[in-house]
Amino acid sequence: MTLEISRIFVDAILEQSRAEYPDECCGVILGPVGADTAVRHKPMVNAAHSPTFYEFDPKDLLSLYREVDDADEEIVVIYHSHTETEAYPSRTDIAYAGEPGAHYVLVSTRKEIAPATEFRSYRIIDGIVTEEPVTILD
Amino acid sequence: MSIEVRIPTILRPYTKDQKTIEASGATLAAVISDIDSQYVGLAERLLEDGALRRFINVYINDEDVRFLGGLETQIKDGDSITILPAVAGG
Repeated sequence: MTLEISRIFVDAILEQSRAEYPDECCGVILGPVGADTAVRHKPMVNAAHSPTFYEFDPKDLLSLYREVDDADEEIVVIYHSHTETEAYPSRTDIAYAGEPGAHYVLVSTRKEIAPATEFRSYRIIDGIVTEEPVTILD
Repeated sequence: MSIEVRIPTILRPYTKDQKTIEASGATLAAVISDIDSQYVGLAERLLEDGALRRFINVYINDEDVRFLGGLETQIKDGDSITILPAVAGG
């Protein structure tokens, strides 16, 4: 599997991660059911407001799923930022990963690599993390 | 009494891929027990040590049950229950 994603979304996610630093940022990209195509970006509020944890507010989560169902969409990408560590799923990320069909994207804004950033994608299924290539579409 | 329960993708292997199932029970705990009798193993994915798992959100109509009565929340005929995996991490 490869994640194909428009540069507009990559830039927007990195911008959001810088804007919400030092907290982790999060959000989703939605697309039509079954197409595995990321077309609609929806930044979400990190209800944890934390540099080491993110969580969609339970009410926002319910509205998101309702909206997605009503529009015949699905969650194609679930992303969040790591502010001080590598863009690799943490143990907590793995424990929580509940969407076997989603691309889990992690970005990192850690200082060691600045001004460069990391943008990486994974499948997380039954506790197994598999990194996948990312193709950025211009 | 019939309650509609919406099942998230990750739990559909237990429900033969059904998005929505029917269950009955006077409380959320009773509904989960009824679900488990129809789809064996599902309760284990929702509960841990007799409480709702941290990674799972359950809503009755529009309300998160954590802000209602948790597993003891009363269920009425026609209520709709939605189960969703929390989206969270570190």
